[in-house]
Amino acid sequence: MPTVGVSRDALFAHLGRTYTDEEFDELAFEFGVELDEITSEREEATKSNTVNLSKDQLSRLSDEVIYKIDVPANRYDLLCIEGISRSLKVFLGDMDAPEFRVTKASDEDVAAMTVMKSNVDTIRPYVVSAILRDVAFDEARYQSFIELQDQLHRNLCRQRTLVAIGTHDMDEVKGPFTYDARPPKDIKFVPLTHTDEGTEFDGASLMKHYETEASCKHLKPYVPIIKDSPLYPVVLDSEGTVLSLPPIINGSKSRITLNTKNVFIECTATDLTKANIVLDTVVAMFSEYAADPFTVEPVTVNYVDESQKVVDSYVSPQMYCRKETASVKFVNSLIGIDVDPEPMAQLCNKIQLGPARILPATDEEEGPLLEVTVPPTRSDILHAVDVAEDVGIAYGYNNVVRTVPKTCTVGMEQPINQLGDLLREEIGRAGYVEVLTHGLCSRRDNFTALRRPIIPAVSLSNPANVEYEVVRTALLPGLLKCLQHNKDKSFGGGFKLFEISDVVLPDDKNVVTKTIVGARNARRVCATYSGPTSGFEVIHGLVDRIMTLCEVAPTDEYVASSGTAYVRVHCKEGWHYTIRELKEGSGSSDDVGGTYFPGRAAELLLTSPRTGAEPQVIGTFGILHPEVLGNFDILYPTSAVELNLDPLL
Amino acid sequence: GKCIEFNRSKTTMGDVEATILLALSGGADAVVPDSFAFATTSNLDHNSIVGTCKSLQADAYVALSEHSTQFFVLGKEAESIIQNGSQEIRVLNALIAAGEEGLGMPELQSVVGKDVCKIGMGNCLKNKWAKKDKPSGKLIALIADGSKDEVKEHLIALKEAPEGGNIKILDATAYAALKRRKLISLVTRKFYTISRGPSYAPQRTKKAADLTKEMLETGKWKETSFKQYNFQTLGESVGGGYLHPLLKVRAEFRKILMEMGFEEMPTNKWVESSFWNFDSLFQPQSHPARDAHDTFFIKEPAETVSVPEDYYERVKTMHEKGGSGSIGYRCVFKREEAMKNLLRTHTTAISSQMLYKLANQPGGFKPARYFSIDRVFRNESMDATHLCEFHQVEGLVADYNLSLGDLIGTIETFFRKIGITRLRFKPAFNPYTEPSMEVFGYHPDLKKWTEIGNSGMFRPEMLAPMGLPKDVRVIAWGLSLERPTMIKYRIDNIRNLFGHKVDMAMTKNAPICRFEMPEEEEKL
Repeated sequence: MPTVGVSRDALFAHLGRTYTDEEFDELAFEFGVELDEITSEREEATKSNTVNLSKDQLSRLSDEVIYKIDVPANRYDLLCIEGISRSLKVFLGDMDAPEFRVTKASDEDVAAMTVMKSNVDTIRPYVVSAILRDVAFDEARYQSFIELQDQLHRNLCRQRTLVAIGTHDMDEVKGPFTYDARPPKDIKFVPLTHTDEGTEFDGASLMKHYETEASCKHLKPYVPIIKDSPLYPVVLDSEGTVLSLPPIINGSKSRITLNTKNVFIECTATDLTKANIVLDTVVAMFSEYAADPFTVEPVTVNYVDESQKVVDSYVSPQMYCRKETASVKFVNSLIGIDVDPEPMAQLCNKIQLGPARILPATDEEEGPLLEVTVPPTRSDILHAVDVAEDVGIAYGYNNVVRTVPKTCTVGMEQPINQLGDLLREEIGRAGYVEVLTHGLCSRRDNFTALRRPIIPAVSLSNPANVEYEVVRTALLPGLLKCLQHNKDKSFGGGFKLFEISDVVLPDDKNVVTKTIVGARNARRVCATYSGPTSGFEVIHGLVDRIMTLCEVAPTDEYVASSGTAYVRVHCKEGWHYTIRELKEGSGSSDDVGGTYFPGRAAELLLTSPRTGAEPQVIGTFGILHPEVLGNFDILYPTSAVELNLDPLL
Repeated sequence: GKCIEFNRSKTTMGDVEATILLALSGGADAVVPDSFAFATTSNLDHNSIVGTCKSLQADAYVALSEHSTQFFVLGKEAESIIQNGSQEIRVLNALIAAGEEGLGMPELQSVVGKDVCKIGMGNCLKNKWAKKDKPSGKLIALIADGSKDEVKEHLIALKEAPEGGNIKILDATAYAALKRRKLISLVTRKFYTISRGPSYAPQRTKKAADLTKEMLETGKWKETSFKQYNFQTLGESVGGGYLHPLLKVRAEFRKILMEMGFEEMPTNKWVESSFWNFDSLFQPQSHPARDAHDTFFIKEPAETVSVPEDYYERVKTMHEKGGSGSIGYRCVFKREEAMKNLLRTHTTAISSQMLYKLANQPGGFKPARYFSIDRVFRNESMDATHLCEFHQVEGLVADYNLSLGDLIGTIETFFRKIGITRLRFKPAFNPYTEPSMEVFGYHPDLKKWTEIGNSGMFRPEMLAPMGLPKDVRVIAWGLSLERPTMIKYRIDNIRNLFGHKVDMAMTKNAPICRFEMPEEEEKL
């Protein structure tokens, strides 16, 4: 969610009203933006962890109150003070939504852009453009104009990859304009960053400069967008002056100053739809300051092929007002309100969907239709539900009568979650402390530190750090890390931990809704015992206990020498388990034998109606190998078990 | 009496006890005024007298009043000075004896000894009783009379003062000088006046600490008197195991949602396709949430093998061209983007698949309530409240003609069950819901308004390609499990809740998870 900082006093001046902080907070909330923070330049700098200013520098900063306003990600028209104040004024009924007009170009020869299609197609294929006439800038308006472009670049333009905005002093350059892509060495100009020195660069050396120069580090992130392209995009005037090297930097000659009157705007893009939205937004916000407010002059864009033949052409900006309709009945039903047609049209005017009107019913069933005007700034309105939402906002969400759906359903749980939760309770009762560990871990922890061979695991292409390289294929490392971080606890009477959670294993089946992603989750239980002695029997006892809880009986051979310790209880028919010694290097690809102390490792075999006669290994347990303990910095002998729960369902 | 006879050879607790009780046997106001003096006269160790008295006091056999006294004790060196005179006097006398010639260091040492020489010489020089002759290095006496030994006199006075009375017989400078020379040290001694307690008896009957099996068998419990129990100390730790607080909250939330008629979704699937995680939700392919800055993409297995193709085509068309009353995003829909595998960023990826199944099940759509609580993964910068994995709670209802009012009512029911009654709804934006609302609640624990969840109605562009009937609407809300848990258990850093760095003491001490049922608020 973008945050826009605006001066409180300037905002109130725009609104022509003043509020207490609480009143403004309330208004913002109802409208759907959030007053996130009340601060000032100085307060921000003082609190900042990244900026360290001297006392002297701090004292020069302003104490003017700044409202930090969180704006919904779809509302590009709220990214500057002009847009926020205009929307609130309309919402409050203090003004009507502005009507934007695209006038005739005052000089059609100049208001034209020729695009060398085959060249720009290799790097940044689209451009749209517009001209604002007789704009009156002052310091505040100029700052806001720059900040709006920054906000758009950050959000809608996706860090300038999709769209880059260039704004220029029309009187410093000479139209018509050309949009081309040329070899970096052939693009020579003084960039905006070097206005004072007047240093001229070519495209290639400029990219190198921005990559390394500390004072230009704000531009460094954009360098990779074009750096390795054989051709760099460039906007030129009729005399070959470079206006901009999109998406990196503008030329110094055409820079906007406080004295600029006529503004030439170009948006180069890889996505034409987005380019139009960006251009429309900039025009909608700043045409307010044109001598004739809310008017803009168009630019004709001609795409030409190698033989200069026009292959495509359009006029920008679109500033297109679309009509959208929704039946009054639909809007009322979707929001859960009962508003008559005319008042509903009135509500639409409050939220800049005016002019709105009621059309007679075309379908008896649906009743009268609400027709609204979608302004160019509301590119997020795609469907009647978007209109209904805005009617809901104008009505006030908190005024909607609260109802409960009459849907008749029965609560249910997933069997695997039920099993897991019931076992958690029981294992907790058996004296184990439950832990909750991360699903992501390093390859080292997941394999090497456990003395296991590295086998395929789901691995991330952009891990946040080395601790989050792969999705775990075992729960054990998480528990061992818990032991490592709880060394100060008393181990004298035995320290027992457990976790029931998921691991993820590569898998080429697992078809859910005809989707095969190549991996599946497996639900596991893992438990450890650490103490003065290894506690192998303790963990062995837990294995038997879990099987008893799951109504699985030991085979007769397994309990043959247990004597009276074994009490036969009722179990599910056809379900049996047994254990056998596990040896390191037993051959399977997920060989886990190396984790355990030789001669003190076992695997658990389950026979169930699903496995048939051939028992299935569902887990292993044993005393952990001293090297494994060493890898996790654990000082006490430790035994562990890890079992799959899915086969026990 | 018996005890004493049997244990004559060794002083035992029993001897001491008997001696004390005997000393108080003279009548109701019998008293031992000074336990220390008593110890000396009865030839017993004072510490064991005090220990026994305290034990007797606990059973009210005796009453104690505590006193203390201070006095100076003379050290070994002080005793030696009383015998032989102070070091400086001894040196002075040796120098007087040597006359004007004085004595060199070796000679002086051989006369008075090395230790006496060192201290005595220093003090003589300081007192100006002697001087050092520069060229020869010899010491020469400056005064002729070496008979008055003040230090020795002071020490004798202290030694001969009556017991405990030697703290006020000299002036402060004299005490300071002796202390500085570590000849005397101040000692504080505690002692008690012992008198009869309410339960005094000449012989003690030992009280039992606990009821035993033997007492039950012999019936002895009837005549046994029991020690008083100290009700001001904690009971013993119960031992046993402990469940993790976040998972206790999960269990409670599951219960609440099932009570509300919600059916749990199979969310045990962390690896997901971009198609189900984003595209099926009508989240545009150029949406910033699909950046590597926000989402963990998967290197291996990098791509989804298959998705339902007919549905894929309908989703693609909806993005590119719109339909069902929508103009769509009008941007290119790329298959390679849809097939990118990722760690799901929300459980809504599963909700989407459940709705698809609901629309395509035999017999067609039937209304449903679904919920899930499971892990999701975000490539966010980590801080005190954010980790790159957390648990998402999600609930949704699919039925004909549901409204925003139904969503608000459902959310209200849920939050009432976890103790939050005052709710406000803020218009918000979500790519796949319209309308969308952020849920704010007045938190009774935090005592302030705070964002507690997100909600909305799934967009028709999401539902139509699934094949759900036109009038079916889906309302949904979600929240994280971590935040309510952190508020409930007063945990201010998420690392103290989730992960291997959690202190087990936190888990052990976490109370059960129940939410206070709010009383009906008065309607204004």
